[in-house]
Amino acid sequence: MLAYILKRVGMVIPTLLGITLLAFSLIHMIPGNAAEALSGERGMSPERYRELAHQLGLDRPLHVQYFDYLVRLLHGDFGRSINTHEAVLKEFLTLFPATAELALCAILLALMLGLPAGILAAVKRNSFLDYSVMGVSLTGYSMPIFWWALLLIELFSVKLGWTPVSGRIAIVYDFPTSTGFMLIDAWRSGQAGAFRSAVTHLILPAIALGTIPLAVIARMTRSAMLEVLREDYVRTARAKGLSWFSVVCVHALRNALIPVITVIGLQIGTLLTGAILTETIFSWPGIGKWLVEAIHRRDYPVVQGGILISATIVISVNLLVDLLYGVVNPRIRHGR
Amino acid sequence: MALLEIEQLSVSFGRPEAPLIAVEGVDLAINEGEVVGVVGESGSGKSVSSLAIMGLIDPPGRVAAKRMALAGKNLLDISSRERRAMLGRDVAMIFQDPMASLNPCFTVAHQLMETLAVHVGGRASERRARALELLRQVDMPDPERRLNAYPHQLSGGMSQRVMVAMAIACNPRLLIADEPTTALDVTIQAQLLDLLLALQKQRGMALLLITHDLGVVAQTAQRVVVMYAGQVVETGALPRIFQAPRHPYTRALLAALPENNVGRQRLQTIPGTVPGQFDRPAGCLLQPRCAFAAPRCTQERPALFGKPDALVRCHFPLDGEAR
Amino acid sequence: MSSTPPSLLAELWRHFSRNRGAVAGLAVVLLLVLLALFPGWFAPHSPIEQFRSAALSPPAWLGGGSRHFPLGTDAVGRDILSRLIYGARLSLTIGLVAVSLSLSMGIVLGLISGFMRGWVETAIMRLMDVLLALPSLLLAIAVVAILGPGLLNAMVAIAVVMVPHYVRLMRASVIGELGKDYVAASRIAGAGTLRLMFDTVLPNCTAPLIVQATLGFSSAILDAAALGFLGLGAQPPTPEWGSMLASALEFIASAWWVVSFPGLAILVAVLAFNLMGDGLRDALDPKLKS
Repeated sequence: MLAYILKRVGMVIPTLLGITLLAFSLIHMIPGNAAEALSGERGMSPERYRELAHQLGLDRPLHVQYFDYLVRLLHGDFGRSINTHEAVLKEFLTLFPATAELALCAILLALMLGLPAGILAAVKRNSFLDYSVMGVSLTGYSMPIFWWALLLIELFSVKLGWTPVSGRIAIVYDFPTSTGFMLIDAWRSGQAGAFRSAVTHLILPAIALGTIPLAVIARMTRSAMLEVLREDYVRTARAKGLSWFSVVCVHALRNALIPVITVIGLQIGTLLTGAILTETIFSWPGIGKWLVEAIHRRDYPVVQGGILISATIVISVNLLVDLLYGVVNPRIRHGR
Repeated sequence: MALLEIEQLSVSFGRPEAPLIAVEGVDLAINEGEVVGVVGESGSGKSVSSLAIMGLIDPPGRVAAKRMALAGKNLLDISSRERRAMLGRDVAMIFQDPMASLNPCFTVAHQLMETLAVHVGGRASERRARALELLRQVDMPDPERRLNAYPHQLSGGMSQRVMVAMAIACNPRLLIADEPTTALDVTIQAQLLDLLLALQKQRGMALLLITHDLGVVAQTAQRVVVMYAGQVVETGALPRIFQAPRHPYTRALLAALPENNVGRQRLQTIPGTVPGQFDRPAGCLLQPRCAFAAPRCTQERPALFGKPDALVRCHFPLDGEAR
Repeated sequence: MSSTPPSLLAELWRHFSRNRGAVAGLAVVLLLVLLALFPGWFAPHSPIEQFRSAALSPPAWLGGGSRHFPLGTDAVGRDILSRLIYGARLSLTIGLVAVSLSLSMGIVLGLISGFMRGWVETAIMRLMDVLLALPSLLLAIAVVAILGPGLLNAMVAIAVVMVPHYVRLMRASVIGELGKDYVAASRIAGAGTLRLMFDTVLPNCTAPLIVQATLGFSSAILDAAALGFLGLGAQPPTPEWGSMLASALEFIASAWWVVSFPGLAILVAVLAFNLMGDGLRDALDPKLKS
C-alpha cells in the first residue's frame, strides 16, 4: 500500500511542474509585453520599461526567471494583484471558502440524488423510471449552466419570491466570520433568521452548480451497476438467498462504486468550471467571480496565480481520489 | 416422492416473435441422496435448466413448466421471500468459474458468514467458528489464513472449495453443481470431484452434476440425463447407458472420447453444429447431424418413450426398438 | 419454421433506430444543418439589423407582439428568431472546426504515443495530464487571454481543451489493438510503421472516435456558449447563442424571451448531438446495450 501511495504521489510531481511552467509562460505569451502584463502600466516610455523590466527581473534569461518563479512559489508568493495590490494567495484564501462551501453543497446534492437514482435506474432497467432518470440527467448535462441558473432565478426568485438573487446572506446580518463557511458561521452567531438566510442564499447556486455532477453521477452509477449486476458473484449472492438490499446495495454497489468514485473525483474540474459561471450569475463572492473579473480587467497576476492554484487543487483532489480508489479496491491494495 | 420433480420445463429468451428456445419440454426427477449427471454440449440447455430450478432466470427470459417442486413444495408459484429462504438452505448451487463467482471486495470469512447469518443466525463469533469448520470440511489447506483472504489471493481450486463450503453451509438437501471442474486444472479436478462425492455421501445430499465431460459423469453419477438443443434425448442408469446407448447422440458423444479412439488417425466427431436461434429443425433436432437420419426424422419430431429409467427420444433407437 | 439472420448494416440501423431518442437527435441535427446551410430561406430578417422602434417587443403570441418578430426582439430591436437561425450556422461551424482540429491532433498524438511508447509516450501523456488538470473553462480562458477574444480564437481554445480526451482515447485504442493478432500478422507481412498506423490500426479504432466526435460537438457548443456569455468568445453583433445571453440577467423580469430562447436553442442542439452520440455508441457496441 505504501508503495502505491508513493508511486501515485511521484507521478503527480511532473504534472505540477508542468502546470507551473504553463502559468509562467502565460505571462510571456500575452500580447503586449510581460512588464505591462505584470504591472498594469500601459504606454510606457522606453526608459520606464527598462526600469520596470529590471525591477521585475524580466531582463534575465528565461530559465533563470522560471527558477526564481518556482522559488517564489515555494515561499507562497504567487504575485500581487494589479487592482487591489493584495497578494494573490491571500486574496485566494479569503475567497476560497465561499467557493468551497458552494462546491461541497453541490456535490453533496449530486450524490444524495444521483446515487440512488442511478441504482434504481439500473435495477429497474428499461422501465419508465429508468428512462426518466436517464432523460433528466441527459437534459441536465446538455444545458448551459448559466442559462439553467437564470431559469432558476426566474422561477424561484422573480416569480415565486422564495429565494434571493445574489450574495451569500442578507445584508442585515453582520457577524464575525470564523470559518468562512457561511452556514456554520451563521449557525454559531445565534442571530435569529441568520442560518435560514444563509440557506436560502445557498440553495439555488448549489442546485445550479450540482446539476451536471448529478447527471454524470446518475449515469455513471447506472452503467457501473448494470455491468456489475451481470457479474457471476452477483448471481452467487442471489443463489445464497440474500435479500434484494443485500445483493444490490452491498454486493453490487460496493463493486460499482469503484468506477463511480473516479468519476466523482473528475467532477472537481466540472465544479470549478461551473463555479466560474454560477458565481458570476449569483454574484457569489468566490474565486470563480474573482477570476472572471480579473480577466476582464487584465489583472494578469491574478489570472496566472488563479490558474496555478486551481490546477493544483484539481490535481490534489484527483490524487486523493486515486488513493481512495486503492482503499476501496482490494486488488490494487495487494499490488495485483 | 422424489426430492426434485420437474415436468415439461421450457425456457426461452429474446423477442416472442423470434424466440431463442433454450430448454424445451424437459422432465427431470431426482431422489433423496441420489447423484444425477446431466450431460450435453454447450447450448444443450443444461445450465439454463438448473438456473430455472433456482429461479435465477430474469426477464426477458420466460420460464414455464407443468410442474416444478422441491420436496413437494411448488417452485413455480413461490413468493420471493419464500424463494430466498429456500436458496442456500434447501438447495444450493456452485458455478463454473469460481474465481468470478466470489465477490472481490469481501473476504472469504465475510462471504461464508453471510450465508450463515441469513439462514442459520447466531453471533458473529459463532458464525466465524463455523466458517472455519466448513473450510476444514472442504479440505482447504491452511484454513485460518484463508479465512481472512480476499478472492484474488486464492487459486482456482481454493476458490471452488470456498464455493462448496458456502453451498453446504446450511446442509441443503440438493446441491446443483454446474460444470464445477471445467475451469480447474486437471490435477485439481479429481480432488474436487472426490470432495463432492464424499460430502454427498456424508450428508445424504442429492447431487445434480452438470457437465459436458462424460468421464466426470462416469465416475460420479448413478443416473444420467443426456440433453441436446434444449431437449432430453436419453436417460438411463450407469453403467448401462454408456455400455449400450440407445440414442445416436449419446453414442456419438461416447465415440468422440479420446479413450475410444485409440489407434485411429482422426478422432470421431459429430459433424455440423447445434441449431441456433434461426435454424431449429421442424423434425428431430439432431436430424441434420445424425448418421442414421431417415425421411421420417425430417418431418416428425420424436417424443420421449420407454421405461421410466430408460427413456429415449428417437424414431429409430439403436437397440432396434423402433416406434 | 426458421428465419434468416439479418445483414450487418441492417442490424446496425435496427439498433440505432430502435432508440427513438437517437433518431430524434439525428433529425434535429439534420434540421440544424439545413438551417446552417440556408439560413436566408428560413430567417425573416437579417440577424444584425436593428429595429429600434420595436426594441424588446414580446413574442408573437403575447400582447404587444407581432408576427413580424415571431420570437420577439432584443434590447436593440434585433429579431430573435433570425438571430437564432443564423446562430445555428455559427454553432455548427464552431463544433466542426473545434472537433476537426482536436480530432486530428488527438489522432496523431495518440497514434504516436501508442506506437512509440517509451519517453515519447510519457512526454505526450504528461503534457496531456497538465492540460487535463486545468478545468476546461479555465484553460479556454487562458488561451483566449493569450490570443485575445473573438470567435476564431474561441474555437482554437475549445479545440485545445478537447485534445487530451482524444489523445487518451486514441492511445488506449491503439494499445488495445496492438496486442491483437491481426497486427502481428501485418507486421510479419512486412508492413511499415506508418502504414500500420494509418491503414491497419486506425480503421479499427474508429468506433469510439466517431462516438466521441459526435459528443465533442455538444461540448464545443456548450464551451463556446460559456465563452460567449463571459464576453470572451463571439463579439457583438455576432449572433452566437451564448453571447446573446451575456447581458440577459437584467432582462430576467422584464423580457423573459431574451433569456429563454437562446438558451433553449443551445439545449436543443446539445441534446440532439448527445442523443445521437449515445445512440451511435449503443449501436456500434451492442454488447453495452444488451
